[in-house]
This record gives sequence, structure tokens and C-alpha cells, in this order.
Amino acid sequence: MDLSFWILQFLNAMQYSMLLFLLSIGLTVIFGLLHFVNLAHASLYMMGAYIGISVAAMTGSFWAAFFLAPMFVTLIGAVLYFTLIDRMRTAGPMNQVLVTFGLIFVFLDLVRMGWGDIALGLDGPASLSGTTRLLGVDYPAYRLFIIALGLGVMATMWLVLARTQIGAMIRASVENTNMAAALGINVSKLFFLVFCFGCALAGLAGVAAAPILSATTTMGITILIPTLIVVVIGGLGSLEGAIVGSVIIGFMETFGAVMIPSFSAVLTYALLAVVLIWRPQGLIPARG
Amino acid sequence: MKNIATKLVLVTGLCLNLGFTMISTASAETKVGLLLPYTGTYASLGNAITEGFELAIEEAGRTEEFTIVIEDTEMKPPVGLAKARKLVYQDEVDVIAGVVSSGVLGAMRDFIHQSQVPLIVANAGNNLATGENCSPYIVRVSFSNGQINRPMGTWLSENGVKTIYTLAPDYAAGHQMIDAFTEAFTAAGGEVIGSEFTPFGQTKDFGPYLTNAQASGADGIFVFYAGGEAINFVKQYGSFNIKTPLYGSGFLTSPLYVEAEGDAAIGVRASLHYIPTLDTAENKAFIKAFQAKYNTMPSEYAVQGYDAALALMAAVDNGGVDRATLASQLPHVSYVGPRGPLEIDPATNNIVQNIYIYDTVMENGALTQKIIDTVPAVRDDVAGCQM
Repeated sequence: MDLSFWILQFLNAMQYSMLLFLLSIGLTVIFGLLHFVNLAHASLYMMGAYIGISVAAMTGSFWAAFFLAPMFVTLIGAVLYFTLIDRMRTAGPMNQVLVTFGLIFVFLDLVRMGWGDIALGLDGPASLSGTTRLLGVDYPAYRLFIIALGLGVMATMWLVLARTQIGAMIRASVENTNMAAALGINVSKLFFLVFCFGCALAGLAGVAAAPILSATTTMGITILIPTLIVVVIGGLGSLEGAIVGSVIIGFMETFGAVMIPSFSAVLTYALLAVVLIWRPQGLIPARG
Repeated sequence: MKNIATKLVLVTGLCLNLGFTMISTASAETKVGLLLPYTGTYASLGNAITEGFELAIEEAGRTEEFTIVIEDTEMKPPVGLAKARKLVYQDEVDVIAGVVSSGVLGAMRDFIHQSQVPLIVANAGNNLATGENCSPYIVRVSFSNGQINRPMGTWLSENGVKTIYTLAPDYAAGHQMIDAFTEAFTAAGGEVIGSEFTPFGQTKDFGPYLTNAQASGADGIFVFYAGGEAINFVKQYGSFNIKTPLYGSGFLTSPLYVEAEGDAAIGVRASLHYIPTLDTAENKAFIKAFQAKYNTMPSEYAVQGYDAALALMAAVDNGGVDRATLASQLPHVSYVGPRGPLEIDPATNNIVQNIYIYDTVMENGALTQKIIDTVPAVRDDVAGCQM
């Protein structure tokens, strides 16, 4: 258990945190703005992985899959938005949860019909296939890429939300939708854009995760729970909450698995219970 | 009103009656219930077993003789039990074949034992089913968890591996596989210097565990993982560029999904009861027939389905005509199949078969299996089984 061991585990934790961040940020932003609980977000993540695998098989290029899969997923998201999500917006959280939970099963069977039940793998890009020496340890280059990707998305989102006009419009709409609309912001268009962006991030997470995790029909359902825990712990609807939540869960699961493996499965749930008792609104809740 | 109700009851009763008589008059042939998962994590296994089963019956030209009723266990013990009841009481099958999950097998065990309907287990490897909880009505043609791993423990120790670190998912099969390996490896002079069980079905990132295993300094890592977890594990093992050799229960690099693991699977050494590259006339004929029908390579799961049907047909040929006679004939089946020579051990009703130690290698641009050694006729201990 020397220093290099801990550096390795730190990088493992970072990598997992970033993957959780990519997923939870989409979910939480959609909730923050639209007040819509979209459980089918996890299915979009799965679609990202499977579509990515098909695109990579057709074009022979990982990067084509990496850029095209999120676009296809956005398209699916847009169809969902106009057929279901938009008309469910005022139906209350229970109905939204039921409809989007049902969607999970629809997507699961669609994937089974289209791609079959056998787990599929996706080869990462050749340029990132080896290990890279970092801080004195050899670490898989592709995992470093995921860490960089997560940090990049994080920085971009912060910049956009804090420093641009569209960011100001989004913040205003989160704060008070009616007032924002009265000030001339096209709120429904904004909602749609943000929803599409969230879907694209889910697709991106799916295709980015596929080379490490492989694509299975249950991948959406298994990632849904940790993602929801991240969102609830961090605080529904806030960017900072998603960052803090994913880092906490990522590190807790990784170091839990290393140090107290027999309890690692319980740790996150215990934390969830504590947070729900002490700060039911989450650690850094969105205002509004 | 009351009159209508009485009529309804009468008519319904008549229909039910008719239904039952129709089924019971058709019992000149053998009615088989296939009880397998067709949804959920192991749906691909259920499909492969069905393919093997149907191929064997077709190949023998006996499709007229066997009526197959297919039911989905959904991998859930209560569902599996309910479907077993349905097959026994409603469909009145003569024999049930299938069962992928040890959990489903455990839930069904007492019902099968009491209803005295023979069950041919075509996958579920729980040691107890042919050990402590054995039953004259439960015959297993697949494998037991111990059977696959004991030979590997002895073999590794005899071939110069002194210390091992083990990893497996934290559920019954994971524990049984690792326990059997550890017992044999230690008995042969090896030492297990570390062991971890990962949360079953929740672990996606094996990085932390792999880092731990490497840090232990063991000569080798021995693991049991199957399906999606196996793919993740092998790929992540490859990406971390770990120098410690990887050994495993053969499901780790099953031909069913080794393609998805890619180059990372090259050099992984494992033990299994069937390898598609086995150089025997029976296996070659089987592979040819399987490829002609399904246009894909068979896996060990397809072979288990195939052998379940072969065992059933052999029992019928030996005079098995109904539940009782089939149950008494099944434990005495023996023949040479794609896996090699097979027999059912009447002391436990578990199969006696060869276990193959194999490497996954790259040949002509495709991943394939190279057999390193064969441990012949591996038989399980009676282990508390009383028929």
C-alpha cells in the first residue's frame, strides 16, 4: 500500500466520479429547469452506448461514434419531448415517474430486439489504448480521457451558466419561470434546448462508458440508482450539487471497495439516508 | 340473474374440463417443459440452451415425438416456481428441462421433489442441488460449481503457481466456485494470499479491485465472472496493463462473449467443461449442425441444452414413458457427446465429465480457444447426498 497505490485509486475514483457527473448533470439540469423527473435518462445513456457501437461498427471509427451517438440520442430525446415529456410537464411528479419508468422498459425491449441479449463491447480509440505514466503510476490512457472529458464538460457548463447570456436566461428561468417569460425570454424554447442538451450528455456518457463497461441491456437500470443518489445528495437541479454529489459517491464507492469491501455496497445508501434526514433538500440545492 | 350466473359457472366448468381431457389424451408422446430465462441478464443463456435443445431433437428426427412447452422464469425464483407449477399441473408435462439460475433451482427444488416430476438441469451449478439437497428427480447435465474449479486449483498448483489472489461476485455461485478452487489449490500446496467478493450486479468498475490484486504481489489472479461482468472485468484487466497472469473459471472467456472482450482476453487461462475447438468427431458434427441451423458458433450453454435433449431421448429409449419411468432412467444415462464421454453419477445425479484447461488465443485474426490440458472424468463427492 505505497503512494502509487493511493494515486491509482484516486484516479479510479476520479474516473468513476466523472462518469456519474456526465449522467447526473443532464438529469439534474432537466429537473431544475423543467421540474420534470426523467427516469428514462438512464435509457438514453444505454442508447448512447448501443448506437455508438453500431456507428463504430459501420464507420470503423471510435471518434465517429463518439460524436454521432450523442446526436442520435438527442434526436430520440427530441421525439420523446414532443410526444410525451412536453404534455406530461404539468401532470405532477408521480405521473412523470410512472411514464418515464415505463419508457425504461420500452427502451430495454427495443434494445433487446435490435441488438440482442449478449453484452457487446466497443474498442476505444487506438491512440488511447495503452497506459500513460502520470504522477509516477501507469494509468489507462482512456480512463484519463474520461476524467478530462468530465472536467471539460464541468468547466464549459460553469462558463456557459455563469458568463453567457443564455446562461443568464437559464438561471432566470430556474429562479422564476413566469417572471422570466414576462421579461421576454422564450421559456418553452429554452426548455426544449436544455432538454436536448441533457439528452446529448446522457448519450455522450453512454458512448464514453462503453469501452470500459461494455453495453448490456441492464446498464441503464443499474446506473439509474447511483445517478439518482448523486442528484438527491447534491441537491436537485443544481450544477454544483451534481459536481459535489458525483465526487462524493465516486470516491466513496471506490475507496469503500478498497478499504471496507464488505460494506461498500451499503455505504452510499447510508449516506443517502443521512443526507435525507439532515438536509432533505440536498447539500447544494438549486434556488427557486 | 342467478340463473345466468349458474349457467356461466357450468359453461366455464365444462370448458375447463374439456381443456384438461384434451391435454391428457395427448400423452402418447413425451411432453417437455423448457423452463428458462428469456428476459433479464441471462436471456442470452436461455436462448442458447433452447437452440441446443431443439437442434438435438430435430437432428434425431424426433420432433413428432416430443411436445415442447416453453416458459420464461424471468430469472426470478418466485416466477420460476410458479411456472414450474404451471408446467406440472396445467400442462401436465412428463419432464422439465432448463433452469439457468441457482436461485430459481433452489426455489423449485422441494416442489420438484414432492411432485415427482423429473427435472433435467441444463445450467444452474449450485453444488447443493446434487449434494446436500439432492433428489432422485433432479438430474444435472450441465456442471456443478465445484466440478469446474477443483481441477483448476490442483492444475495451477502442479504447474508452478504458488500464490493466488481471488475475486468473484458476492453471491452463492461466486462463493462456491472460489471455495472449490481454494480448497483444491491449498490441498495441492498453493496459498491464497488474498480474496475479495465484489457486489453482484452492481460493480461496474473493477479498477479498484484489480489495483488491490496487483498490489498483493500474488503469482496469479483467479476469478469467476460471467456475462456482462466477465466482459467488463477482462477489458479492464487489459486496460490496466496488469502483469499478474489472469486465471479463471472458464465462463470468464466464454466463446459466447469473448469477442466483446477483444485483445484483453488473449492469454487468459481458464477451465471449462466444453470448448468449441475440441478435436473429436462428435464435436465437429455438432458444430457443423449448429452452424448450419443458427449460423453462429455454439457455446457451452448451447451444448448443455443439446445434452439435456440427448439425455432425455436416451432415457425414453431405455423405457422412460412417463414421469416415474423417466425419473428412474435418467440417472443411468451415459454416452459420448460434443463435450466427450458423459455419464450421470447415480450417487448424486450430477454429470461426470472432462474438464478442459484452455487458453484464449488469437488465430487468423479471430479469438479462439486452445486446449492446454484435459482432466478426465471429474466426479463430484457424494457430499451429504442421500437419495
